[in-house]
Amino acid sequence: MKPQTYAYYPGCTLHSSAKEYDISARMVCEKLGIRFQELESWACCGASSAHNASQLLSVALPARELQAAEQAGLPLAVACAMCFSRLKYAAHELTDKTRLAQMSQILGKEFRNTTEVIHLLQVIRNVSDKIPLKRPLKGLKVACYYGCLLVRPKEIVNFDDDENPQIMDRLIDALGAEAIGWDFKVSCCGASLPLSRHDIVLKLTHRILAQAKQLGADCVAVACPMCHSNLDAYQKEIEAEYENKLDLPILYFTQLIGLALDFSPKQLHLGRHFTDPLPMLRGKGLI
Amino acid sequence: MQGTIAPSPQSELRTFVESRSGQNVLDCFQCGKCSAGCPANYVMDLGPRRIMRAIQLGLKNEVLGSSTIWLCVSCETCSGRCPAKIEITRVMESLRWLAAAEKSKPAEKDIETFHRVFLSVVERFGRVHELSLAALYNLFSKHLFANIKLMPGMLRRGKIAILPPIVKGASELRNIFHRVKTFEEK
Repeated sequence: MKPQTYAYYPGCTLHSSAKEYDISARMVCEKLGIRFQELESWACCGASSAHNASQLLSVALPARELQAAEQAGLPLAVACAMCFSRLKYAAHELTDKTRLAQMSQILGKEFRNTTEVIHLLQVIRNVSDKIPLKRPLKGLKVACYYGCLLVRPKEIVNFDDDENPQIMDRLIDALGAEAIGWDFKVSCCGASLPLSRHDIVLKLTHRILAQAKQLGADCVAVACPMCHSNLDAYQKEIEAEYENKLDLPILYFTQLIGLALDFSPKQLHLGRHFTDPLPMLRGKGLI
Repeated sequence: MQGTIAPSPQSELRTFVESRSGQNVLDCFQCGKCSAGCPANYVMDLGPRRIMRAIQLGLKNEVLGSSTIWLCVSCETCSGRCPAKIEITRVMESLRWLAAAEKSKPAEKDIETFHRVFLSVVERFGRVHELSLAALYNLFSKHLFANIKLMPGMLRRGKIAILPPIVKGASELRNIFHRVKTFEEK
């Protein structure tokens, strides 16, 4: 299999709170013949905040990364849904020639806005028929959670259906697991509000988790570190606030692929989550 | 007269919103699909539908003083569902830019503080450093113990780095911040 090469933009959290997403993504992609060339001096794309403060900055920060990938001559693979959204949006805004010329001045570099931005789910979906399954995830019911920014605005991100996307569901099915049908796959988790309006995040994530639990999901699969953090880290608080026992593991889709490829829980850093997935996986005989 | 409002369809507010968001505010016919699907509508004072109407009427103080423009998390649900194809998220963003330009007092001060602190951390280090972000947020929002319960778990799981990241492109990024400010002042 000829390796496919992508420029890779991990985004800030993949080097800190979501390291397990970065690690599992790299391991899985290597196995699937996908090569990542991490942008050498990448910086923050401005997501959660630049678009709330300054129109120009919200385009300039992602444009810097788009320019770096353009220089490398590679399509840009992105792991975080928020970064994906900001990069896609900036590329869309800069289809305007005047704005593009202004942006080259701000970046201090020539920029032609030719970079193709692609999310990790799409990168892996393109080779999903070649996943060498070692340990099919038989009997595992998964609620695939896409959140907001992978799918909306549909015309700009050009990802999948924006009310009932299927990319992750089909991928999970291909692992031998069962992706369940449910109502909250594209409902907001509260995004960047956990510090400033914690109450909203608890309410929104409770809605999402409660239905997944009620429909018999064993875990929720995600493709965004912000969604992961909101759904995973506050479950004890949600349980106390809403008197509803959840204990629902939240896993990156790359960790689930990793399990099916027979990587160990340790290699996949499954122990880093607040809601421990190991008892559930042991119960299912998957580890 | 007390309690009355003077709508002004040719307002400075609508001109700003339309030019910066690229959206045609008058296309809104008040169907309410935006507010119905908005995940934060339940805590908002006006909600997206009434914000759209208020912009049509030029009610600048009501709009900029509302909690709605800050509680909008840009989830894009309203944009995706609007039958008039208005990207309401872009409208909301432009209102936050106007609020910043006019230095109007935000109804949700903590949310505005979070965004300000977030960008100052990025400008300083080139990437987000969660510990600095959390510490500075607690300091500036005066909620000194916000989220403190989560810290031991974050540290134990290695989810938070003690030291800020060393980013090769940090000084280049600071230049971009600087040039953006210069352009915006023009």
